[in-house]
Amino acid sequence: MQTKTSELLDTLVGDGMAVPQPDAPPSTKTMNGAEIFIRSLEAEGVEVVFGHPGGAVIKIYDEMARLKPKFEHILVRHEQGGTHAAEGYAKATGKVGTVLVTSGPGATNTVTGIADANMDSVPLVVFTGQVPTALIGNDAFQECDITGITRSITKHSFLVRDVRELASTIKRAYHIARTGRPGPVVVDLPKDIMLQETTFEYPEEVRIRGYSFPTTGDPAKVRRAADMIAASKKPLLYVGGGTIISGASELLTKLARKARIPVTTTLNGLGAFPESDPLSLGMLGMHGTWYANQAVQNSDLIISVGARFDDRVTGKLASWAPHARIVHIDIDPACISKNVYVDCAILGDVKMVLEQLEPLVEPKDTSAWLEQIAYWRAECPLTYENDGKLRPQFVLQRLREKTKGRAVVVTDVGQNQMWTAQYFQFEHPRTHITSGGLGTMGFSLPAAMGAAFGMRGKDIPVISISGDGGFVMNAQELGVAAAHGLPMKIAIMNNNFLGMVRQWQELFHENRFSHTDLESTNPDFVKLAEAYHCVGLRATTPEEVDEVIEKAWSINDRPVVMEFRVVKEEMVFPMVPAGAATDEMITKRLTPNAFV
Amino acid sequence: MPSTTLTPQQIIRLKAAGEPLSPDEKVQETRHTISVLVENTVGALNRVTNMFHARGFNLESVAVGETDDPTVSHMTLVTTGNDRIIAQVIRQLNNLIDVLRVEDVTNVEHIERELCLVKVRYNTMDRSEIMDVVNIFRGKVVDITPETMTFELTGPTKKVNAFIGLMKPHGIVSVSRSGRVVMTRHLVYGD
Repeated sequence: MQTKTSELLDTLVGDGMAVPQPDAPPSTKTMNGAEIFIRSLEAEGVEVVFGHPGGAVIKIYDEMARLKPKFEHILVRHEQGGTHAAEGYAKATGKVGTVLVTSGPGATNTVTGIADANMDSVPLVVFTGQVPTALIGNDAFQECDITGITRSITKHSFLVRDVRELASTIKRAYHIARTGRPGPVVVDLPKDIMLQETTFEYPEEVRIRGYSFPTTGDPAKVRRAADMIAASKKPLLYVGGGTIISGASELLTKLARKARIPVTTTLNGLGAFPESDPLSLGMLGMHGTWYANQAVQNSDLIISVGARFDDRVTGKLASWAPHARIVHIDIDPACISKNVYVDCAILGDVKMVLEQLEPLVEPKDTSAWLEQIAYWRAECPLTYENDGKLRPQFVLQRLREKTKGRAVVVTDVGQNQMWTAQYFQFEHPRTHITSGGLGTMGFSLPAAMGAAFGMRGKDIPVISISGDGGFVMNAQELGVAAAHGLPMKIAIMNNNFLGMVRQWQELFHENRFSHTDLESTNPDFVKLAEAYHCVGLRATTPEEVDEVIEKAWSINDRPVVMEFRVVKEEMVFPMVPAGAATDEMITKRLTPNAFV
Repeated sequence: MPSTTLTPQQIIRLKAAGEPLSPDEKVQETRHTISVLVENTVGALNRVTNMFHARGFNLESVAVGETDDPTVSHMTLVTTGNDRIIAQVIRQLNNLIDVLRVEDVTNVEHIERELCLVKVRYNTMDRSEIMDVVNIFRGKVVDITPETMTFELTGPTKKVNAFIGLMKPHGIVSVSRSGRVVMTRHLVYGD
């Protein structure tokens, strides 16, 4: 009965191209594009699809209701949330995230998430509806050229023009998204293609003549890298997100401990090496530790593993690591010598290259170098003021204490992100998820939701950490998390400010707090949580923090929002000012506090 | 920054990138001709040119046409930049999935041609002078009206530039150029 109603609706409000449904699942091999789409996703092993229906994909949603596919469809409340959820799912599980949205605005709403995935090498396949092929280019209702719009922010994109190419295109899309340096792939699906019929066969293998990716490294270069390590006196491992993507964290840890090489990680590399290890220097770069940046500036050999010499890492490029020769292990040829000339480039999958390199590296004595680093560590450790006020760093330390590092932590962008990177002390790969490259505010909540879907049944808590600014940008997904009873812990560091922008205004723009005060436009976060069927808690003093955390951890059938009313003028230190060399760090407040 | 404060490693990096060691040194930009085989689709062409825009690379000339295989197009791109930029251009081109092969032919033996159509205003006074130049350049008259003549000329870009320069004083009405196309030479004997 239900099918018939929707069929009728489709005929009335659609483009009149709907074809009658077969009463039973097709016994012949012929099926329509929408069913081929669903069967292809099943054959691909897709488990979760984040999506939002609309006119151009109504046939797919209709077939979903009829066929009851093996994958689960999660109805998100905004397509941007859907794309971030797929990213969170992909980053937490290592699988490809899948998004399904309609044409026009549905498609354009995914753009931010696609750009984010492209910057952070997240495997994503985004299926967008499109107007029927005959109408493409006619400014039809809800038409937009999404493959054109996303061309510079995708690894690749497809517009399916023939139903017979649908299954093979889907196979290619997943192959491209998953392999090499992962990235987002857009597949645009015109409505008429979903209605046309053909036989279905999901290809076993995929061959794309213009596409290949490196695997093992050139043995001669690996040998050379091992020799360079042996000859170095002040070696430093500079570890990025590529190490986590390729699953090489264990190997890396083994290598670092064997040769006693200190390790600093990028923002996306956090978790690749346990921060409790004495060899760990934490994060480097703009808000990295003083000692990590000092090590970089004094090192004679930097071994970059799956990192891309981002400007937030290097600061003033010409002054970065002035004494170091550089070994770079990366899968993307375009990352080699892109920003900093590399003395020994090993093109390949990080894990495969480390498998080659590790046996060639001999244990070595780096104690003088480690002593020097210990001196820098003592000189300027990570600290914050402890004066009885509620400081965000304290909240993070309590969350760390509660979980012992066994949690998937998903941060937003800004101060909350940097404090988490500095104070959470990550131990395991894939436990730190953030929007690193693009810096997308509003990322944390939907991405944490996606991660929570991926982590169901795994007994690892998923913690979302946001500021008050970013949280509001995708707060609508609270309802989705609540409906699915996801036991997420959502921490909001509420300082009623766009904190990071405020920090720059205080440091570099003479306290002109232009449009960063959010107090008058912020909601009551506890009430907001309750309105979305979540639990809302609030802490305003350090004493209340543990209480709130304990309460939050005792609730396991729905999301809990914890609002921490933190000190408004707290800053992230140390900091490399934009355009400065990485050893020219600001370590404490320079100007008198504007609020005192 | 005076060059004396640079560390040996910094000098190696700057030299490898083709960047100046001190502010008074000139930037070493070179012109490169890159031959690219791509999938023969509009999307592929767009991806290649879009990449130049998105990455901030220069693109002086593009010529594209089908090869003997109708699914493959041959593009000839002319770009400028220092060594680091040129290496990046080639790597980023290779990263595009629609791109099948990339070759920097600048330092390889190759033949380079460009087709140019030039419409020039003439009168009885300078007509024979114009025709002399056209003959020297082995151009062809392909259209003539009482006021204008249109010439067809093929040759390396330098020759085309020289021809246009010589036509300028006579009054050029319009110029249409194909952009550079190249082919590497297959040497039969010797090296």
